[in-house]
Amino acid sequence: MSEIPRLMSLMTGDEKHSSAATSTLDVIRVLYERVLDVSPETIGGERRDRFYLSKGHGPMAYYAVLADRGFFPESWLAEWGTFESPLGFHPDRNLVPGVEISSGSLGHGLPLAVGTALGLRAQGIGSRVVVLVGDAELDEGSNHEALELAAALSLDALTVVVVDNRSSSYAVPGRIADRFAAEGWHTVSVDGRDHDALEKALSHRPVGQPNVVVAHVEEKS
Amino acid sequence: MNPRTQFARTAGDVVETDPSVALVYAEISGQFFGEVEARHPDRVINVGIREQLLVNVGAGLALTGMRPIVHTFGSFLVERAFEQVKLGFGHQDVGGVLVGSGGSFDSASAGRTHQVPGDVALMDTLPGVHIHAPSTVAEVDTILRRSVAGSGLHYLRVVGQTNSTSHTDPGLHVVRRGAGATVIALGPVLDATLAATEGLDVTVLYAHSVRPFDNRGLRAVLATPDVVLVEPWLAGTSAHVVGDALRDLPHRLLALGVGRQELRRYGTPADHIAAHGLDAAGIQRSLDGFLSVAA
Repeated sequence: MSEIPRLMSLMTGDEKHSSAATSTLDVIRVLYERVLDVSPETIGGERRDRFYLSKGHGPMAYYAVLADRGFFPESWLAEWGTFESPLGFHPDRNLVPGVEISSGSLGHGLPLAVGTALGLRAQGIGSRVVVLVGDAELDEGSNHEALELAAALSLDALTVVVVDNRSSSYAVPGRIADRFAAEGWHTVSVDGRDHDALEKALSHRPVGQPNVVVAHVEEKS
Repeated sequence: MNPRTQFARTAGDVVETDPSVALVYAEISGQFFGEVEARHPDRVINVGIREQLLVNVGAGLALTGMRPIVHTFGSFLVERAFEQVKLGFGHQDVGGVLVGSGGSFDSASAGRTHQVPGDVALMDTLPGVHIHAPSTVAEVDTILRRSVAGSGLHYLRVVGQTNSTSHTDPGLHVVRRGAGATVIALGPVLDATLAATEGLDVTVLYAHSVRPFDNRGLRAVLATPDVVLVEPWLAGTSAHVVGDALRDLPHRLLALGVGRQELRRYGTPADHIAAHGLDAAGIQRSLDGFLSVAA
């Protein structure tokens, strides 16, 4: 039995979790448990895989997974959001071991990850950078600057996982995958609750192009 | 060679000699980077007309341990993409060298969209930032190399207006010593300030590196507690650092700089410098009023 629900309850106080926290839960678990080559021992190493949580609000699932993987003590969770706690309602890379970027304002993670993929390439490092964005986060135009360049420069170290809980106003069905595909990305859509499907999609690294995994979850979950 | 072409030459040279340096730009100045980009395509990156991306690509490179030089016109670098500067560099706490060209006056004929008198004030909101306003090609070369070799976040303001002499050290330089007021010229306004203070018994100080401000240098030479700031960006931008340096002294401050009012005029840089009272005659007029009250 996974420890994650109990760890999340330390922050939320009950078994019902807020929607922003649970929509990302399975994706983040699969990344840390099955896909990313990163651990508390390797977090300072230049050859680690990077995970950028761009959609920084509702980070309970993220904190629970990081605590479960041993990046910081479980005892931190109960006090989250308090003045003395390193765990904020948006994560800060300078405060939380294992957190790669400080996020909160939407539309920054993917552009940062493009720079990171370029930095890995320039230094001959074969690691990957995986960015989690929300479907509504893609409203931000900064993402579109980034996804255009990533494909143009064939940044195959870069993976975007879009957690799609249909929370964007003015959404058009199928638009997310279509737009990435139009720019030259490898695209795949999966059930965002199916761990085996997520693992398969997130482990795949196409050569010569960035890839996007659109993970569908329940509406506004 | 002018300050902007010197920037391009030095940046290319630094990329050539230091494999940890990357140069990121957004079309602007691409005409200067062709050769070095062809030799180092992984480290000289044109992001297209995408300034939000420009800044965060620089920050993302810094997250991998590289030292980015990030360049476009100052208006698009600092104002359009300020949240990227604040969060990508400031909040992530990674370093880099941002180089904005154009400043307040270079694009006089292009209009307000290409003028950035507010850049120093805006960058000054970031904790620990280093802000430089080199005023000769030699200063551009020295300061860019020093900033890239250093750590933290640096902003270089590269403009066409120049002074006739170069200074290498970052602190306040004593250019002229007098018994009266202290006039502080920041960046490429030193020549005009010297002409305006000709024959006056005042001290003239100069700095190209304006943040952190050299409080100690000001205190060391202060004669009478009358201070005049001359800065070719928003008037009053450095008033708070002078106030901080003199916090225990009753003092008077005249802060000259670019006015907040939008001129809605075209013309030349010289036209705009004069319109904001930052040519020698304008500085002299302001000084006359201020110093006559002191006497």
